[in-house]
Amino acid sequence: MNRAQAGGNDALAIEGMDLHYGSGNNVVSDVSLTVGSSEIVGLIGESGSGKSSIAHAALGLLPDSAVVSAERLEVAGRDMIGAKETEWAEVRGRNAGMVFQEPMTALNPCVRIGDQIAEALYIHGHPTKQEADARALELLEAVRMPDAKRRIGAFPHELSGGQRQRVVIAMAMVAGPRLLVADEATTALDVTVQAQILKIFRDLRDETGIGILFISHDLGIVSEVCDRVAVMYQGRIVERGRAAAVLDAPEHPYTRALLESLPRRALSPRSPLATIDAVRRQTIQELEDA
Amino acid sequence: MSESTPKIAAIDLVKDYGHGKNKFRALDGVSLEVPQGQTFGLVGESGCGKSTLARAITLMDAPTQGSIVMDGQDVTHLPKRRRKAYRRTVRMVFQDPNDSLDPRYSVRRTLVEPLRSAKSPRAEWDRRATDALESVGLGQDVLDRLPHEFSGGQRQRIAIARAIITEPELIVLDEPTSALDVSVQAQVLNLLVEIQNATGMTYLFISHNLAVVRHLSHRIAVMERGKIVEQGAGDAVMDTPENEYTRQLVSSMPGLYRS
Repeated sequence: MNRAQAGGNDALAIEGMDLHYGSGNNVVSDVSLTVGSSEIVGLIGESGSGKSSIAHAALGLLPDSAVVSAERLEVAGRDMIGAKETEWAEVRGRNAGMVFQEPMTALNPCVRIGDQIAEALYIHGHPTKQEADARALELLEAVRMPDAKRRIGAFPHELSGGQRQRVVIAMAMVAGPRLLVADEATTALDVTVQAQILKIFRDLRDETGIGILFISHDLGIVSEVCDRVAVMYQGRIVERGRAAAVLDAPEHPYTRALLESLPRRALSPRSPLATIDAVRRQTIQELEDA
Repeated sequence: MSESTPKIAAIDLVKDYGHGKNKFRALDGVSLEVPQGQTFGLVGESGCGKSTLARAITLMDAPTQGSIVMDGQDVTHLPKRRRKAYRRTVRMVFQDPNDSLDPRYSVRRTLVEPLRSAKSPRAEWDRRATDALESVGLGQDVLDRLPHEFSGGQRQRIAIARAIITEPELIVLDEPTSALDVSVQAQVLNLLVEIQNATGMTYLFISHNLAVVRHLSHRIAVMERGKIVEQGAGDAVMDTPENEYTRQLVSSMPGLYRS
């Protein structure tokens, strides 16, 4: 974690992105989004909002059926419009890391975690075995793995969900990337563990200067880590701004509904929560007119 | 039966798994009482024993020690036939409707399955299925559709319809909204409150999410390592937690939920 980033370039810059699958309708329409260095930007939305498509587009992980167009798509300052898979693979290794909801899908169940991190290190350089082991331990300590010296020899199944997610974050940080994409990275975790992982993201931002695109449907979680937020609904960003401002005084009806759907302490128990009609998904226009 | 007889009570439940050196005590002396028509919320993290407690109360897994008392009657060791009847009185809704609904069963078949096993008259099945669907805000047009045709929230409504179709007296809800988006979670929570207001249903609501538990429950209990470490009214537990673990749980909640 010694790669403090200077330079004025954003970790991620997207302008005017449209995206659809096959011959379907746009799942992402005219989305512009930047993530600067040393900041965490929340992309808030529910299932089907298009938020995960943006995460995948930012990492070149879209399936072949995806048709994406954008005026600008830069990852760590590199223009990625029309980039080939080999270029994306290099960007994913060197410039951008990713953390998804389920850590087991990112980990090899048969390889000790220290060796998995070391494997990633060999891809990015030619460390000796000793150097790789030392760096793996350093990375595990940076993500506050409890008792890292002992756990470095553990298999994934021997770890708790929170510890596995720490390993995934450590692996994402191997090459000192400038962008980290975290898609519902704490959603499956217990609240006490979630609080710890959120702190790791804040610490990484402050200590390494990394820019983090933090994707979640839970405004409560987003409010804990994000500097800025963008709210997505039906493929469009309907509201954006400083996290505190948007959450204190949401302007768009969808953001308001999302906030009012949370079971907050200020509400009396069993009082009705706001809902968004999920059967006949209300259109943005309907919401704005209401 | 007196006014104060709880709908369901657990008395000093102990549940051990394994033997000898590998013995693991999943429940370690758990007692609770749920009054008729109320919601008792149980909050705790992975492995605290909350789902083991749900399995004990629904008689899916007998406790090692202790007893389950419904309407003043000890039901812990009911004979097989009466246990089946009990399971129609005490229903369960799980976290993931993808796992708990059979993907090959139409909504109709899913709903009438418990009526079939209760040997209720076939002539009533359609009407009861339609009524149950109406209670969860779905029309009878969904009867012949399969689970994959529905969203997560709709599937959870179907799971709730399947639970209420036997006209139970208690529903045990184990993380019923944890896999849902927040606005869909809100719909399901509203629905559970509506059903309770309309029918006087009693709920045991289990979740790792203190904010959700507090919102739905009349009384809440915090579980840690097989024990209830604190219980009381939801607001009191959240505002002035007395136990160290409860304090940790409250302070880990995003500030937005605490405001």
